[in-house]
Amino acid sequence: MMMNKSDVQSEVLFQQEFAIRGGDFVNAGESSCKIRNTLREIGIDSDVIRRIAIAAYEAEMNVVMYAENGVMSISVYREEILLTIDDKGPGIEDIDLAMQPGYSTATEEMREMGFGAGMGLPNMKKNADRFKIMSELGKGTRLEIRILLDDKNG
Amino acid sequence: MILSKIQTLLNAEFISGQDANNLDIKFAKASDLMSDVLAFSKPYSGRNTILITGLTNKQVVRTCEIAGVAVIIFVRGKYPTEETVKLAEQCDIPLLATKMKMFEACGILYTNGVHSASPNDDE
Repeated sequence: MMMNKSDVQSEVLFQQEFAIRGGDFVNAGESSCKIRNTLREIGIDSDVIRRIAIAAYEAEMNVVMYAENGVMSISVYREEILLTIDDKGPGIEDIDLAMQPGYSTATEEMREMGFGAGMGLPNMKKNADRFKIMSELGKGTRLEIRILLDDKNG
Repeated sequence: MILSKIQTLLNAEFISGQDANNLDIKFAKASDLMSDVLAFSKPYSGRNTILITGLTNKQVVRTCEIAGVAVIIFVRGKYPTEETVKLAEQCDIPLLATKMKMFEACGILYTNGVHSASPNDDE
């Protein structure tokens, strides 16, 4: 296994930001689909795109379901893709519990839409090479999802 | 198996995207939980995977677009809203509907050689 040397981050090759509105179930997922299409256009490997898109979509749905609003940002570097989601919302009381597959605080409405199965955060982590979650009760949550790129994506 | 054969086997009707009736379908997943569809999504290069579901909202289409699912088949006689159909047309995802229950639809397709899109060895 190679050591990762991307701690010294190189110049950003591409960056885009999306505003997400809490409770906006109609447009939920649109930003993630845009990210997917954009990454396709710039020629990122399809498996990397799939992983980023899934993580973005789960994160976007979480903002829509639980937060007041949020910003999702995608940055492409030579070595990695960084996806961040910052929301203004209730925060997560117990992150370890929230990371457990199947744990959910979703309402009936969310479940009727097919979400709230308690797979969101575990799913994001599974698709990330590095996953970081920071949360403050009553303020909000920040997620950092990194997917490393190898040479074939250069 | 081509999509039109699936249509016949499931006694289904095309809601949209009928021109894709000769897509070669190899895999299927069945769920009403969109996170499950995402969690067990494997990379498929071609348009060869279908989702069997009873959920009919727009998020189903978005989930399939994200997970790389090519076709959606609604079971239990569920019919999608106009909004869902419109989005599916934009995303180039054909929609079919059947009155069959999910279990029945899965059984028929499995018996006829359609494989699971999320096999047990999935990591």
